[in-house]
Amino acid sequence: MTAANPILLPGQSRHGARVLIGVAVVLSILFIAAPLVFIFARAFAQGWGVYVSNILHPMTLHAIWLTTLVAIIVVPLNVAFGIAAAWAVAKHRFPGRGLLVTMIEIPFSISPIIAGICYLLLYGRQGLLGPWLQANEVQVMFALPGIVLVTMFVTAPFVAREVLPLMQAQGTEQEQAAVTLGANGWQIFRRVTLPNIRWALLYGAVLCTARAVGEFGGVSVVSGNIRGQTNTLPLHVELLFNDLNAVGAFAAASTLTLIAILALFVKAALEGRR
Amino acid sequence: MAISISGLQKRFGQTDVLRGLELEISKGELVALLGPSGSGKTTLLKIIAGLEWPDAGRLDVDGANWLQLAAQDRRIGFVFQNYALFPHMRVRDNLAFGLTVRPRAERPGKAVIAAKVDELLHFLQITHLADRYPAQLSGGQRQRVALGRALAIEPKLLLLDEPFGALDAAIRRDLRRWLRGVHEATGSTTIFVTHDQEEAFELADRVVVMGEGRIEQIGHADAIHDHPASPFVARFMGATVELPVTFVAGRAEGLGLDLVQLARRALPDGTGTLFARPEDIRPVPDSAGPWRIESRISNGAHLRLVLRNTNGAEAEADIPRRTPQADALVPGAVTRLRIDAGALFPAERRAAVATSLQTSLKLESSR
Repeated sequence: MTAANPILLPGQSRHGARVLIGVAVVLSILFIAAPLVFIFARAFAQGWGVYVSNILHPMTLHAIWLTTLVAIIVVPLNVAFGIAAAWAVAKHRFPGRGLLVTMIEIPFSISPIIAGICYLLLYGRQGLLGPWLQANEVQVMFALPGIVLVTMFVTAPFVAREVLPLMQAQGTEQEQAAVTLGANGWQIFRRVTLPNIRWALLYGAVLCTARAVGEFGGVSVVSGNIRGQTNTLPLHVELLFNDLNAVGAFAAASTLTLIAILALFVKAALEGRR
Repeated sequence: MAISISGLQKRFGQTDVLRGLELEISKGELVALLGPSGSGKTTLLKIIAGLEWPDAGRLDVDGANWLQLAAQDRRIGFVFQNYALFPHMRVRDNLAFGLTVRPRAERPGKAVIAAKVDELLHFLQITHLADRYPAQLSGGQRQRVALGRALAIEPKLLLLDEPFGALDAAIRRDLRRWLRGVHEATGSTTIFVTHDQEEAFELADRVVVMGEGRIEQIGHADAIHDHPASPFVARFMGATVELPVTFVAGRAEGLGLDLVQLARRALPDGTGTLFARPEDIRPVPDSAGPWRIESRISNGAHLRLVLRNTNGAEAEADIPRRTPQADALVPGAVTRLRIDAGALFPAERRAAVATSLQTSLKLESSR
């Protein structure tokens, strides 16, 4: 038996392996599978009809729409930012390059709430830019721009982090070859650089989307939770829960969960192609 | 295209990569840039291509200043050491790339491009690979595609960086002959970089030997082999035995060395160094000779002898194993050395300082 099982050395107990696998399975069920099932169980607790009417509630629909809108604005911007940053870092040498690499990672190490508060102090009514913004009648805080800004900050590193290592590994020879063949900058980017990073780019975009849709902390500071106006889906779930509308909260949460599961499948499919 | 390079300098940070190069290459020539790694040969090639820019100097091609011309507009063919093929394109699309990126006004029609690609595939003898991706090709096939991609834009100047570096020996020989044929068929000026002497001498009309950012010698195989212009070239060309000599009236003399075979040279009296290849050194048994054989290793055809003289200098000699003289040349035997060929150079400045310092120390102690 041991010969047919190369992972286990002769004499090593198969008992230990079984125990570890068991622990992993139990923990996965406790922390991942059970909550997932629970969300849907609670969402459908009062039947399909109640679930649908909860989803179709105008406030919930608006929250879904707002979250989608934020993702539609944020993801393309961060894809552009990620490509630009990775391109600059991987293909060029300039002073401050190391600093830029660190800056890209900053949103990962800063709590989103801190980011939200920073934006509040900067763009809020009492903030540094507050008076100027008010004079020009630009509403950043407690409005869509604020939510977009915070979400962009939180999700900024995802694309750059996926694309950068790939670009670094590929070096600049293909681009140089394209230059000697007479290609201009845009042709090089579109026909040589972009096809080389497309899967990593999509993968980064999926991660970015999942995070943008699910962002809670930072957004909760700058949104003001105005129902039907600045309430994103995660904030809406919390509001419904605080209203003791558990079925409604879980119904809303189930849409978020579906988005997450979808993202997971796309991510898994892309992983094989990278 | 005739290329004229003068005063070319390049620094990377603290390192001088090119220290003032002068080089003329005439139209249709096949030139090799030969040197060890770090000699600046690839940097020179990239400057000619427009992928690097010099800190000082001139680069004129057919009378035009190329340093004011972007790489895109030089219309050169550049073949990278690792080919740099576009992995997401089929061979066909790789070959067509240079034509499809032309500005719309100059771009040939789709049918013209397809015909051109077919012609190239045929010329490169890779018609059967047209629809493969680079990952599905062998090293030699990739090399052909890379060259074909460069030739597609009909360059007047073809630049190759270590074109055969990543291939095994048999394919190298084939491709070498083939490249010579391509060069003659296209009539373009061709420059290639290599660290392999055999490759450089066999393929090129003229070889430019580079070392530490300078051009050490330009010439044909025989001249560089027999008459190295500097100690660097002598060492690089395999003259690994270096022995101290003194010059008297243009003749070199050394301890236990028989140098009559070497031509008289117009060198001032003083110290110098003899550079010789082990196969040009013949130990001759002599009971009064100052050289003693320390070891003897056979590789079947040849014997390698390591000898040391009474001053502690070391020399190596390669002799055919199956000669009558070989029997007497055993460890412990005492000999003189006959030098059949070698290069003589006056002492390098640093060495000269060291010698004079020693002499003055000796004078001090003898007082």
